[in-house]
Amino acid sequence: MTGTQPTTRSQPMGRTCPFSPPEGYRTLREEAPIAPVTFPDGAKGWVVSRYADVRAVLADPRFGANRRRVRPGDPTPADAPLPPPPPGMFIMMDGPEHTRFRRLLTGQFTVRRMQKLAPAVEKIVAEQLDAMAAAQGPVDLLQAFALPIPSLVICELLGVPYADREEFQENSSMQLRLDASHEQVQQAHMAMNQYIHQLAVAKRAHPTDDILSGLVQSERLTDEELAGVGSLLLLAGHETTANMIALGTMCLLGNPEQLAALRADPALMDSAVEELLRYLTIIQYGLRRVALEDVEMDGHRIEAGSTVLASLASGNRDATQFSGDPDVLDVRRPSSPHLAFGHGVHQCIGQQLARVEMKAALSALLDRFPSLRLAVPADQVPMRDDMLIYGVHELPVTW
Amino acid sequence: MKIVIDEDKCCGAGQCVLSAAEVFDQRDEDGIVVLLDAVPPEEQRAPVEEAAARCPALAIEVLP
Ligand code: SF4
Repeated sequence: MTGTQPTTRSQPMGRTCPFSPPEGYRTLREEAPIAPVTFPDGAKGWVVSRYADVRAVLADPRFGANRRRVRPGDPTPADAPLPPPPPGMFIMMDGPEHTRFRRLLTGQFTVRRMQKLAPAVEKIVAEQLDAMAAAQGPVDLLQAFALPIPSLVICELLGVPYADREEFQENSSMQLRLDASHEQVQQAHMAMNQYIHQLAVAKRAHPTDDILSGLVQSERLTDEELAGVGSLLLLAGHETTANMIALGTMCLLGNPEQLAALRADPALMDSAVEELLRYLTIIQYGLRRVALEDVEMDGHRIEAGSTVLASLASGNRDATQFSGDPDVLDVRRPSSPHLAFGHGVHQCIGQQLARVEMKAALSALLDRFPSLRLAVPADQVPMRDDMLIYGVHELPVTW
Repeated sequence: MKIVIDEDKCCGAGQCVLSAAEVFDQRDEDGIVVLLDAVPPEEQRAPVEEAAARCPALAIEVLP
């Protein structure tokens, strides 16, 4: 250590390319891969931006998952003790508490189970495409295709009536808005929990073959926990994949030679899906952790209680990890573990489902509409810069 | 080559199955990794090492 204090920077914000993380991350990776930063709300903490450090933080139990939200207007003072996570919110829990919830669910999302689901997903996809074809374009691909697929699938799996989608989609989206007030987020969260709670009560009386019924019957969860777990799965299960499908489509349309390669050789779809996940990394502000004790990293002392932001998007553009130019979309890129689903014990539980859905959706879409194109100039597509999950607010397409 | 897994660490993410389906599977009840072959043939080395590298919970150890 040289003894000089590293300068505090601001968290990089603002994209220059709609598909790439803010440019500031390139500088961070090169100059200050573990950097003290000021977050947009003025709170202080750290950002790690290199692939290896992002993995290290997320795999290290000295970093806890119950973190501060750090969203503009968050009323909790930066030095106030962290409130406990809401019941069932296991993505914010550590150790045995987290394991207890995770183990109740992982069996439902195994690779084998999800692959068995593929034909059912393909059927849903085909039905949406029929409806889209009948509409004769231009249509908003997000509402007509990208959102219904994961929504229908997660509703089916969880045992949630799809007819109620308007309400839960609205509550999901509110919880992910960066400009929503603390009260608005709380309210949306509670509404979602109440909705699941009331469903669970009904399932207790008449259990069926779905995840919520299974959780009700396992009797290892309180009603509040059950509602929390259910709403978390419902939210995570449709918002993320919907944005990957819509943004992934837009990205392919913007890279015609990649799109042509994929159309010419459908066997490339597996690697194309991984590449889109890596390249687009829609968890746009990364994952936050809190140091549970003083941690020494690469000569920096991260004090207990500090917030550390692990930038998944930045790690996924790290040239020391990915061959060739990681800033270029390459559907033939040799596989290398990316960070789009996170890392460590919290790594996305629904990732195998997301893979099945993306593959089915993109394959069938490209196949069915050979002349698919944007119906507006690319720079007029409203991007989700204002959401925790990046993507598009709308994607007008025609064919 | 010999594989040792730590079930307690496993978080059921299934990366191992995606990388080397002939060597790893997951239990239906809780998604925890199941070793189908603890001493796989040499031609499985690359996928097995990939599985170990991908495992988010560092639950897979490959011994020479
Ligand atoms: S990759 Fe690791 S955590 Fe995931 S199922 Fe396999 S052993 Fe378990």
